[in-house]
Amino acid sequence: MVASLRPHAGPPRSYRFPQFTDERLANGIRLLTAPVAKLPLVTVLVLVDAGSTNEPHGKEGIAALTAAALLEGTAEYDGAELAQEFERLGTALESGADWDSAFLKITVLTDKLHEATKLLGHAISGPIFPEREIERLRSERLAEILQLETEPRGLADEKFSEFLYADESRYSKPDEGGIESVSRLGRSDVEHFYRANYKSGATTVIVAGDISPEDSKALISGAFKEWPGGSVSRHQLLTDVRTDRKSTHIVNKPDAPQSELRVGHIGLPRKHKDFFPTLVMNAVLGGLFGSRINLNLREVHGYTYGASSFYDWRRGPGPFVVSTAVESEVTAPALNEILLEIDRIRGEEISAEELSLAKDYLEGVFPIRYETTSAIASALATLAIYDLELDYYDSYRANIHKVSATAVLEAARAHLHPEQLQTVIVGDAGIIRDSIMSLGPGEVAVHNG
Amino acid sequence: MRIPVETFQLDNGLFVSLSEDHTAPIVAVNLWYHVGSANERAGRTGFAHLFEHMLFQGSAHVGSNEHFELIQRAGGTLNGSTWLERTNYFETVPSNELALALWLEADRMGELLAAMTQEKLDTQRDVVKNERRWSVDNQPYGTMLEKMQELVFPSSHPFQHSLIGSMDDLSAASLDDVAQFFATYYTPDNAVLSIAGDFESAEARRLVNEYFGPIPKGKGKPPLPPMNLPPVFGKRLRDVVYDNVSLPRLFMAFRSPVFGTEGYYAASVTSALLGLRRGSRLHQALVRERQVAADASAFTFDLAKGTDLVVVDVTARPETSATQLEEEVEQEIDRLYRDGASEFEVQRAVALIETDLTASLQSAGERADRLSMFATYFERPQLINDQVDRYRAVTVGRVNEIISERFGANNRANLIYVPREGVESEDVLAAAVGTA
Repeated sequence: MVASLRPHAGPPRSYRFPQFTDERLANGIRLLTAPVAKLPLVTVLVLVDAGSTNEPHGKEGIAALTAAALLEGTAEYDGAELAQEFERLGTALESGADWDSAFLKITVLTDKLHEATKLLGHAISGPIFPEREIERLRSERLAEILQLETEPRGLADEKFSEFLYADESRYSKPDEGGIESVSRLGRSDVEHFYRANYKSGATTVIVAGDISPEDSKALISGAFKEWPGGSVSRHQLLTDVRTDRKSTHIVNKPDAPQSELRVGHIGLPRKHKDFFPTLVMNAVLGGLFGSRINLNLREVHGYTYGASSFYDWRRGPGPFVVSTAVESEVTAPALNEILLEIDRIRGEEISAEELSLAKDYLEGVFPIRYETTSAIASALATLAIYDLELDYYDSYRANIHKVSATAVLEAARAHLHPEQLQTVIVGDAGIIRDSIMSLGPGEVAVHNG
Repeated sequence: MRIPVETFQLDNGLFVSLSEDHTAPIVAVNLWYHVGSANERAGRTGFAHLFEHMLFQGSAHVGSNEHFELIQRAGGTLNGSTWLERTNYFETVPSNELALALWLEADRMGELLAAMTQEKLDTQRDVVKNERRWSVDNQPYGTMLEKMQELVFPSSHPFQHSLIGSMDDLSAASLDDVAQFFATYYTPDNAVLSIAGDFESAEARRLVNEYFGPIPKGKGKPPLPPMNLPPVFGKRLRDVVYDNVSLPRLFMAFRSPVFGTEGYYAASVTSALLGLRRGSRLHQALVRERQVAADASAFTFDLAKGTDLVVVDVTARPETSATQLEEEVEQEIDRLYRDGASEFEVQRAVALIETDLTASLQSAGERADRLSMFATYFERPQLINDQVDRYRAVTVGRVNEIISERFGANNRANLIYVPREGVESEDVLAAAVGTA
């Protein structure tokens, strides 16, 4: 039969994150190029400091609408033709905006790169923002918002942010905007947001794949020659808590077969000195299949298909959240186990086995994360958006390696706050309310789903 | 662009594909077992998938959940998945951990049953029931696959029943079922193994021989009932589902040539010209021009037996009724059937597919999975290198033949989701969409 002795690992082969150049083009654009010649493919990713945290008050959703509207045509091509121009080259221009930036992205075969990149520069330097298409994109966003009402996972995430942050915080509202603000957005808002934010000083272009830095520079300088100059100042971000007391919100969905559960509080900004110990701490708590929360809820109790915890890293302090979906009847016991695990990781040092599992995983999986041009471009985007050191990826594994069990305990004590936990449950209030009360969940509010 | 492919077979029947690539110190191990929900017996729907969960519960020399732990500790990623025709298991690990990944896979292929207990089965049954609640019952349109299978396959057909299974059937599964399923299907001659990435061929062959060589060959598996189906449904099929959804959504399915055949590539191009990306016909017509749909796309199931399916997937805008949505989509398909596709549409579709195929080969895990797929269905993993050429060979003439053969009114199955709490009562809605 099969050999009973477990094999030992051979000597590891060294790995280095793809080397890249970092330069400033004559017109002010920052250009990062990572030459990777594995396959004849290139990803071009344009980042603009025009995310939703830069939206004027009352215009929530304008960042996403503007990013989408950039694909709707130029003086030369209307939106339909523009899509087809890219697609006949075998690529599709994608765009979007999250909290911290807007992006446009193509992945294309090398022999079509020049044509596609020229088209990209052309499209975003001279958008015409047709009224009809802006109206359509706005209606599509409203349809998406309507869909959330019957989508418990997305609804739970959204409600969690709403109940976590004070009303004045941009983070309390959906990153692509809610019904109230989106219904009032129009063409002039798009035009205005574009003129105010899409400038060379706020732009980073990332090129990853089968290309040299010299060719990349010539390509991007040419394609973005009409890109407007200037810089943009970032808005002050407010991230106050809605309440500093523990509380629980049940979004009532009578007859729901499961409860979608979110438990957490405001987390940390991405550029925090405790990033690495917190990352390792979270891996042990709920970041891995073999983490405490997943093993407890799934493998010991069979309450769920999966449970995890995670820090939503942003420029400002995004949420720390534990997420799971459990059968309605076991909502309270499942929530109780989560609370116990949060207490436990703050109570005493994790074991040497747990520490090595988390660290060995994070160190070992590192090269597997950067197999594609698109993943390499995203990694460089992280550098640019959060203004990380250029050697961030070269020192990543050493930084993970340095984290001790003591540092993990300190991170847990400093950055997990059981007394401030906010709980959101999307589920059948009739079944879950009474049993939840027995856990001392703070103030409990039931909302109509 | 071609990737290297070597193959060999062990005496016990295990078919092995190797594809070296030394650009990063990463290696992917991938196993396809040629068993899926189609092989389940009556009263045991969902068993193939439940069984997949049991494969992570340990084997003779591996503890419960230790498979996950050892791979993650090695810095690897892993999972498994179940489909109608196959079940796969895969790891991507740092290349110095190849032996570990192979050994773990061999231990469970050879000696799974040593570790099976009633308690583990009970826990995984609960986990799977929660998976069903999460991904099917409590998710808008989550029943789509199940409802579609019921609608498009005849009642005796192996593809007709639910892949995730019914709660009752999951409850009925026993340890005996686990033992029987294992002995019948989890044998080296019913599996293929693929290794892609940073390894030396001689060393990989040695490890495969050492770990998998001693596993005995199986005793054969029961044949599947006849799977072949006529090229078209022969009539209109239709099912209306009143569900907890916000917007009407139509899934329209067409029988199409099975995966890997010459006709498959033409049907796949047709699917792409209809619904791949924003420049596609349905997106342009229904989302952009007529503004009746919030979204439109199309895909193929890629079934290698019986029949494949092209599925068009269109979600209504809030102001569009289910009836109007269905009419609008029907009209677009009628127009395609009547006038055919253009040269430009075919070129656009093939160009997009070519980039996607190339991009997918960047990851070792994807390479290994595709090698396993072609090895399982056709015993020719080398087909991974023919895909771009096969798409490029599709002419507009061939696409239009497929459209005349397969996109007429006699080959459409409409699965329509209607919001349960709409502006109208259910009865009125039922009348409006023509069923009661």
